This record gives sequence, structure tokens and C-alpha cells, in this order.
Amino acid sequence: MNIEELNARLVESSEEGDEHIGDLLQYLTFIMNGEEYGVDILSVQEIRGWEKCTSIPNSPDYVRGVLNLRGTIVPVIDLRVRFGLANAEYSAVTVVIVLKLKQDDKDKIMGLVVDAVSDVHAISESQINVSPDLGDNQNSEFITGLGQVGDKMLILLDLNNILD
Amino acid sequence: MSVDLSQFYEVFFEESFEGLDAMESELLDLQPGTPDSETINTIFRAAHSIKGGSGTFGFTSVSEFTHVVETLLDQIRDGQRLLTQNQIDLFLQSVDCLRDMLGALRNSEEPDTQVSGELKAAFEQILNGGEDSQQALTSATESEPQPEAPAGNAHWSISLKPGIDILKTGNEPIFMMQELAELGKTKLAIDVSKVPTLNAIEADNLYLNWQIELESGCDEAAINEIFDWIIDESDIQIQKVESAQSAGEGNDSFDVEAESVAASASTNEQTPESKQEPEKGEEPQAVEPPSGTDVKAAPAKKETPKASTESSSIRVSIDKVDSLINMVGELVITQAMLNQLTDGEFDRDKLSSIQEGMAQLAHNTRDLQESVMRIRMLPISFVFSRFPRLVRDTSKKLGKQIELVLKGESTELDKTVMEKISDPMVHLVRNSMDHGLETPQDRLAAGKDETGILTLNAYHQGGNVVVEIIDDGRGLNTDKIKQKALENGLIKDTDELTEQQINELIFEPGFSTADAVSDLSGRGVGMDVVRRNIQALNGSVELESRRGEGATFTIRLPLTLAILDGQLIRVGEHVYIIPLINIIESLQINPETVNNVGGEYDVLRLREEYVPIIRLHQVFNHESESKKLAEGLLVVVESDNGKVGIWVDELLGQQQVVIKSLEANYRKVDGISGATILGDGTVSLIIDIGGLVKLAGLRKAVRVNALANNQAAEAI
Repeated sequence: MNIEELNARLVESSEEGDEHIGDLLQYLTFIMNGEEYGVDILSVQEIRGWEKCTSIPNSPDYVRGVLNLRGTIVPVIDLRVRFGLANAEYSAVTVVIVLKLKQDDKDKIMGLVVDAVSDVHAISESQINVSPDLGDNQNSEFITGLGQVGDKMLILLDLNNILD
Repeated sequence: MSVDLSQFYEVFFEESFEGLDAMESELLDLQPGTPDSETINTIFRAAHSIKGGSGTFGFTSVSEFTHVVETLLDQIRDGQRLLTQNQIDLFLQSVDCLRDMLGALRNSEEPDTQVSGELKAAFEQILNGGEDSQQALTSATESEPQPEAPAGNAHWSISLKPGIDILKTGNEPIFMMQELAELGKTKLAIDVSKVPTLNAIEADNLYLNWQIELESGCDEAAINEIFDWIIDESDIQIQKVESAQSAGEGNDSFDVEAESVAASASTNEQTPESKQEPEKGEEPQAVEPPSGTDVKAAPAKKETPKASTESSSIRVSIDKVDSLINMVGELVITQAMLNQLTDGEFDRDKLSSIQEGMAQLAHNTRDLQESVMRIRMLPISFVFSRFPRLVRDTSKKLGKQIELVLKGESTELDKTVMEKISDPMVHLVRNSMDHGLETPQDRLAAGKDETGILTLNAYHQGGNVVVEIIDDGRGLNTDKIKQKALENGLIKDTDELTEQQINELIFEPGFSTADAVSDLSGRGVGMDVVRRNIQALNGSVELESRRGEGATFTIRLPLTLAILDGQLIRVGEHVYIIPLINIIESLQINPETVNNVGGEYDVLRLREEYVPIIRLHQVFNHESESKKLAEGLLVVVESDNGKVGIWVDELLGQQQVVIKSLEANYRKVDGISGATILGDGTVSLIIDIGGLVKLAGLRKAVRVNALANNQAAEAI
């Protein structure tokens, strides 16, 4: 699925958003290290191809740098590095998902580098399971649950405070 | 009808703060006696609209407090009493108090009612004639409309509960109260407990009940006659009270007032204020809510469409907006023209027209940019306006006579700069008043006029705004500063410094020459903070002292924080921007002039100075291209305490850059003050020199060098 198509679907789903009845939640899913992750589609602003950004001195290694998003300076985070996953090469399908997240009660816009964007899924709340206790896993605070679509498992994320 | 009033809060607060500013500046102009009616009217109007607004929004603590203020103002306006200095002070304190209360409400906090309570009591004391009986009496003879109550008056207690729709039948309680007042002394208390919420109010219903104390020689029939028209719809009880005490017992809620009436009745003294008061004060409140103010207030505010919920906003003069609209119009025309040219078949003949159009587009864009920038520009009078009050209060505290002269108030400055400059200015002004200007005695002894003159002057110079704080006091005490500097070890006995150099030492951290910690100075916030704050704005502060004649502090600021002239530099593959204003020179390094100090840092001997070198790639953890010092370039910049050299690979171009916030979506980064977007769309970071020096751990080293440089300069 190419980026234009995805962006079009993004617009579509956010327009549909209000019409959804009941407990259906929409997630944008992406692939990292072969696993499929999902974020609430309402926090997704747009999807861009990977482009080189300006690095920030003395920043954590998962902060790739900052990007010019139509005049706004937006930090870009490599989610694989943030989650301690194997570092993949940046390729033609490497994408940046631009999210609007809450941090300290302020809206912050940031980009997430992931391996590839997968799909948009509507999941009902009953299909979401609480994630099993993962002990001291540093990423568990971002995982809100595990969703089931067909026989696929989605790892659902809440990325507020990802920069902390 | 249900209106969410909270959407109008911000407008109310803004208007109220504006009103308070107006009140303050008018109050400062007031002289005791009979004030100019226009001035007092302005003050009254401001107080009145704050009261009305706060009442509408249910900020009762504010509206109740403003009510007593307004009452006293009203009496002064009507010439019922003379304005005293004490009252002016009280009004000014009320302005402060209201500012605090509204500020708290704006932050959704409960306002502190302790101060307002005390002030309110003070007002009530004045209103009850406690301030100056002589004056109260004079005003009484002038305005007392009532016949003198003969001794042995009967005391009537009247409970009036009018029917809810008596207004519809053309009856007006205010006239009845007036008629009652003609019978004798009245004391009114209003029961507002039946007033429904704003949403439920019907403008032509009357929800109020009255409790009236009347002291008069009349009989019951005379009182009944007044209520003749409404007696059918209303619940009216008239009781004759024999003793003064029992009047008080009649109703608990009005105990105090009743007692004061009782007291005046028993001593049979003329205390006109105490009964005029409630009538004047309470009545407008009683009559207005149903018929006007409050109900009208809400729709009136609707005219300001969709009040912004943000706490920061800007008021722009309409001509600036007009010119913007004009420019956008031209831009659209130019765009249409270009559209036409590029539409359809393209042939070479059109080329020159397109070029022309592009030139016009560039011109339009530049104009538009300038106009947009101008929107943020406000006259510096926004900052200056706080000083008359400050000078007034401070000079009183210090026992000095000080005249404040403001010049160049219309000089425009970017709003962001304006917000940050006022604190340093307050400090400098206080400093001038405390240390600079002498007491009247000292001034006379020095052959000067008793009144010291403090001048604030603002003007444009090049791309900068210059603000001067000039006093005609004694100037800086150079000997004392030198002595203090010696004690602190800032300078050595052997140093030979010029007077100017010694005076500049007051900008060093932890330096205060005040003999004693006073209210005004010696609180640990020193000139070093002032200088640091100004430098944080890319500005500078200088001082010039003339012994015995005064001192001048000169603040130089960039017009705006949003745009700066930058020098692009490259380290490895990274491009950074150094603000041009910081750069003194750039040079190639001759390795022979570089020494290493204690294995920690390199120092370049530049003419007669020692300049520590910061290797940018080390501090920022980047790869550099040049390996040896001589291969790169050194950009010498001025920092807080002296010069440092920043070692970079290459100098690129210079250009004006628009500063963007890095913090908005990320966070503060040490050594970086912001970001900008270069012509090719990439982001480049702007170096914060002060932060960089700190990051490099060179702060101390730089200071040592600054002192060494001073000595070196002296030695030559």
C-alpha cells in the first residue's frame, strides 16, 4: 500500500469517525520487526516517506532529529530503537507516522519511524485483551492491550509520554 | 436559553485588566480636593463595568468589593465629599487587590479575600463617616436632601415583599424608596435570595425583597399611602419599633446595620452618610439586575466573536489589519496574473511577463512579511505605563521626591521582547531610585533641585530599540564598588582599572553595594541577573556614570525575537547558525598562538587577549572534518563574561532566519536556542552562545580569562 493511498484512507476514516456506532475503535497498524502494532487513528496526522532529518546534539539515540513539517519543527523518533528492537536499515518502505500526542497536557506533534505501514483496522472493544503481565519490560507502559483481527494479533499502543 | 458564560471569561478578564490600568493611571493624576469630573468619571466607569461583569459571571467576591469602591467614587463624583490623599491611596490599593483577585480567577483559583476584606472595611469606615467628621459634616450640609429629623422620632420597621410582576403594572420600587426617604431617615437592606440564576431570569420580573428601617415622625397611614398602588399584590408589614434595641432584634441578618441606625437614633446625631449610603449604594444594584445591566451584559459580549480561549492574545490597531488586507489583495491579484500567463499554451513571448510577475510576487511577499511582523509590534508605553505607579510608591517609601519623565512612548517593539524586558527595567528603575537619586536634603546640599528627575527614554537605532534609564542623582560610588570588588576577590590591589571598568563590575554575580538589605534592594537579585536576562534577548546593557550628576543605563534590544541575522557554519555534515550579533570576528588559527591550559582547554592568544577555544563537534558529539586546529576556522563570539572561540569546519553564508521553537514539540536542548528552516527546506539549529559555553564547562575559565585580559590590557 503506498503512502498516498494510506493518507486518503486516513482522511476517509477520520470523516467516518463520528458515524461509528458502538464500541468500534479504529487503529492504524504498522510493522516493526515482523510484529504488527496499532495506534489510535485519531492521533495520526499523516504518513510520510522517510527523509533525512537534522540531528539534535546530545539527544537520546532514539531521537533521529527534527524535521520541517510545513513550517513546524517536529522531532522524529525511531520507535524500534525506543523499544530496543533490532535496528533495521532505512529503506524505500521506511515511513514516518506523524502523530499528535499529549505530553504534560500539551499537544505535541512528532514523527515515528517504523518499518512499514500496514493497514487500518476497526476493532471492537470486546476484541481487545489486556496484555499479559510483562514484568519489568520497559515498553509495557506503552502497550494498552492486544487486539485480535481474524487470526492476526495487534499490539495496541498509547504513545503519550513516549519522549520521557 | 442557556449560554455557556465561560466562553466570555477571557474577554471579561482582558477588559477588566484594561479597566484597572486605566483606573490606575487616572488615579495617579488625581489631586486631593474636588477632582476633575472627567477623570473621576473614567475611574467610575471602569469600576462599574468590572462590577457589572463580575456580577454577571458570578464572581461575587469581586463584585461585592467593587461595589464599595464604586459607592465611594459615586459620592465623590456627586460632590458629596472631598477627595483625600488617603482615599487616593485606598483606591490604588483596591486596584492592586482587584488585579490579584481577577488574576486568581483567571487561573481558576479562589481569590484571596483577606486583603479585599480589610480594604472593604476601610471603605465602609469612610462611607460611614468615620474618616473625617468635619468633612462629612460639610458634605452633609451641602447635599442633605432630608429635613432634619426632630427629636423623638418613631422607628418603623417595614418589610416589603412586592409581587413578582409589579414592574409590569408600571410600579417602580425606586420611587417608593425615594418617597420613604422624604419621610425621614431610611436604612435599606435587600434580600436577593429569590433572584434566580441568570438563565432563568425574566427581565421584567422583580425578584427582590426589602427590609426598611425608617426613622420618622410620620404616622402609619403616611407610609401605607406610599405603597397604596402595590398593596394588593404585595406582602407589606409595617411595625412601629419603640426602642432602638428592639429594632436590631427584629431581624438577624441586618443586625449590624440596624444597630448603627439605632445608635444614631438614640444619640440623635446627624450622621447623614450612614443612611445616604445604603440608599445610593444598594438601590442601583437592586433595580438594575432585572431591568438591565446583568442581562444585557452577556449578549453585549457576544459581539466579540468566539473569544479565544488562550490566555495570550494581542490587540492590534485596525489600520495594521487594513494594510494586511490590502496586501493580501495585491498578492491575490499577482497570483491571478501569473495564473493567466501560465495557463494554456506557453510561448517564449510570455517569458518576460512571467519574470515581471515573479518580481512583483517577491515584492508582495516581502511587504506581507513586514506587515505581519508589525502586528506583533506594540508601543513601548505598554511597559512604561507601569512605572508612574512604581515611582510614586517607591519614592514615598524612600522619602524622596522623584519626577518621572517618559519619552518615546510610541516606539514600537515586538510583543515577545516587551514581555521580557519589563522585569529588568523595573530592577534598573528601582536601582536608580534607591541608589542613584538622593534625598531632598542631600540634593539641596549638593546645590540641586529638591526633586530628582528619572527619565525613561526609548528610540529606534538601526535594527535595535534603545531604552535609556537616566537619573540625575549622585552617580555610581566608584570607590565603594572598588572596595567591595577587592573584598570579593574580583579584582586585585595591583589592578589598575579605569572608573568605567570599575563601575561595570556591578554586573558581576553576587555584587551589591547596598549598605543594608532594604525593601528595594539587596534581595539577591542583582545586576548580573538583569544583564543575563537582557542578553538572553540578544540585547546588551551599558552604563554611564557621571559623578555627582547622575547615571544612565542603556539597554539595546533587537526589534523582534522572531527574526535574526545568522551566520551559517558547518561542522562535519551538520549546519548550525550562530547569531551574527554575537560574532566579533572569524579567523584562521595559527597553531603557534594556541596554548593548552592545564590539559583542559586550549587558549588562543588573540592580539592582547586570551580566548578559550570550544570545539563545537566535541561539545555536540559530532564528527568533525578537520583534525588539526589550523584546518578549521575559529568564530570568536562574545559571551556572558568574555570572548570565546568556536572552532568549526567551515563558514557558509549569512542570512536572515526566522526563529522557530524547538520546545513546542520537543524540549529545551542545551546549547541550542531554537531552530529555523533553510532555503532548501531542511531544519538548522541556532546556537545559544551562553548555553554552549556552559555546556562546554568553560564558564569559570572564561571569567578567569576575562580578568586576565583586563590585567593584560592595563599592563600595556
